[in-house]
Amino acid sequence: MNNVLDIVYWIPLLPLLGCIINGLGRKSLSKGAVGFIGSGVILAAFVLSLWVFFQVRGGNVHTAEYFPFINVGNLKIPFAFQIDQLSAIWLLIITGIGFLIHVYSTSYMHDEKPEHFGRYFAYLNLFVFSMLLLVMGANFVIMFIGWEGVGLCSYLLIGFWFKKKEYSKAANKAFIMNRVGDLAFLIALFILISKLGTTTFSEIFTSASLAKLSGKEISAITLLLFIGATGKSAQIPLYTWLPDAMAGPTPVSALIHAATMVTAGIYMIARANLLFSMAPSTLNIIAIIGIATALLAATIALKQNDIKKVLAYSTVSQLGYMFLALGSGAYVAAVFHVMTHAFFKALLFLGSGSVIHAMGGEQDMRKMGGLSKYMKITNLTFLLGCLAIAGIPGFSGFFSKDEILAGAFAKSPVFYALGLLGALLTAFYMFRLYATTFKGSFRGTHEQEHHLHESPAAITIPLIILAILSVVGGFVGVPEFMAHGAHALSDFLHPIFKDSYALLPAHEVSHSTEWGLAGLSSVLIIITVIIAWTRFSKKPDLEPASGFGKVLENKWYVDELYDTVIVKPLNRLGAFLGNVVDKRIVDGAVNGVGRLVRYGSRQLRWVQSGQTGSYILMMVLGMVLIFILQFFLRK
Amino acid sequence: MPINYYITLALCLFAIGVVGVLTRRNAIIVFMCIELMLNAVNLLLVAFSKMHHLAKGAAATAGSDGQLFVFFIMVVAAAEVSVGLAIIVMMYRNVHSININFLNRLKH
Repeated sequence: MNNVLDIVYWIPLLPLLGCIINGLGRKSLSKGAVGFIGSGVILAAFVLSLWVFFQVRGGNVHTAEYFPFINVGNLKIPFAFQIDQLSAIWLLIITGIGFLIHVYSTSYMHDEKPEHFGRYFAYLNLFVFSMLLLVMGANFVIMFIGWEGVGLCSYLLIGFWFKKKEYSKAANKAFIMNRVGDLAFLIALFILISKLGTTTFSEIFTSASLAKLSGKEISAITLLLFIGATGKSAQIPLYTWLPDAMAGPTPVSALIHAATMVTAGIYMIARANLLFSMAPSTLNIIAIIGIATALLAATIALKQNDIKKVLAYSTVSQLGYMFLALGSGAYVAAVFHVMTHAFFKALLFLGSGSVIHAMGGEQDMRKMGGLSKYMKITNLTFLLGCLAIAGIPGFSGFFSKDEILAGAFAKSPVFYALGLLGALLTAFYMFRLYATTFKGSFRGTHEQEHHLHESPAAITIPLIILAILSVVGGFVGVPEFMAHGAHALSDFLHPIFKDSYALLPAHEVSHSTEWGLAGLSSVLIIITVIIAWTRFSKKPDLEPASGFGKVLENKWYVDELYDTVIVKPLNRLGAFLGNVVDKRIVDGAVNGVGRLVRYGSRQLRWVQSGQTGSYILMMVLGMVLIFILQFFLRK
Repeated sequence: MPINYYITLALCLFAIGVVGVLTRRNAIIVFMCIELMLNAVNLLLVAFSKMHHLAKGAAATAGSDGQLFVFFIMVVAAAEVSVGLAIIVMMYRNVHSININFLNRLKH
């Protein structure tokens, strides 16, 4: 075994093994063993991924075919893995962040019963497995298996505490919304198969095979793929499941938001970048949807009081940024933001989990405040996460967000202006969150104050690691205008996107303009941060929102809109089909046949009287009838 | 003799048999009426067979299958009568009557 790429299948296999062991042994294994196996397999996968990463960086790209998966007529879909620069990055994010979340979970979920603890880790491992399958698949079908797998696991984990009805409903919502997107993905897949007869990436993304597709077909395929991505990556109109997904345990939220699941849509579009670059109209739609989602979610986050809800909407908003980047053709910026976002969003979620843990399950920020005194490490790491997501210069979020904004500016200054507005909103609500939670004075009950404590090492160590990554993670992508040739990520990903660059119209923005844009956004963001910090640490808004604030607090009433426009009519249709069509018509027909036979046979019973004479009479009448038929009707 | 006479006679015999079966309650008379119907059929078979034979003329065996059927019917009728009479005897032993309306007791 001199090349790790030959044993690359172990990367997804290990989490699957962990899932099987933990799932089957959940009643007999101790919590320590479950946690050790669950985290251990991910750590092993991470080590393999690191190894793979260095191989790939050395220019070693690899496609491994294991067995034929579907073989029908001319259609041949192998079960194959593709390891290249793009999947290598995702492997690192998934297994690296995933491992930290697993370690964190061993402490966070420790109060669960052993079998639920085992079940939790089994799901978590399965989640990582599905996501690995998604990014490693060498064709759309394998990707789709992982795509569905993460949907299933998100359902299982969001509804982990299934005894609470609203949690189960949130899980259902996530699953059903995802299915809507998945259907579009599937249709795109069928079009590809019917037009090209293959789903393998390396066969589709060649100029010869793309020449077979007409412009309309490419637009249709890319649009359908994008709808699939909106479901998985929580964009308008399918984003409402993600905030509700907060019903799951906090580490699960971190896993869904940072390492797995929501980045799947970004990955898929980045993977199919050549196809998307050939459909400029789709790219425009993606950019518009992206910026609209970013702004909508950011405005909602301004008025949320649940600490996890704020973070959830911030994820939706950040995903909007990534789609804005994709739509602007700045693919590297999107991948870059996925990476930095994974760091700081995992950090923020795990930090909020630490806070919730200390508060004994309380999630309402209005009942917190002044926590920095009690939880020094959580406070510091959370602050670093907030600085990173706000985009303070030097932190990771600054570089990736700046790159996205530069890409948006190249596409259209309008996108830039809206993007900057979104960034300011982000800075504002993040520091509203931070100041309300950690600054000021404690507003909870006396009991809670007594209970406040710093979390154990299994929670703080992942926080510290993620905080370091959030701070320095941006330096792999220092923009060209600051230091020539310092954008290591861009160079690394160049083989993936080089064909797209040739297709996309080049918008060169001069270095002085870029300096100006970065300076402008930095100054505005810093001012916003200071305003939010000073305002909310002194006087957090505890009063119920009124006027426009109420609209924002109620999320623009989008959930209510969906409820009236889609859910209720569907429920009514279901009730109609159930009560009228099924009960009356279908059941009526079935029961009616039964009743008819019973009634008929009861009447016919009287014919069999036992009177020999009547039998003979009937026989004779029958004979006469046959004669009549014979003579009069047959002619 | 024209075939019409045979047909008319057979029809009359058959109708007498049917009416007898329908109206009489005495099992033996019912039996006799059944025999009457069978023999009406036999008569027709023989008559048609003869007519057929005369029409064909040359072929010696033409129409003989009709007469063969008559023998079959006779044999079956004889067997049936023996079984039927046995039933009637048993019936008489049990209920001291050969009224067929008593037979509906079998359903109880």
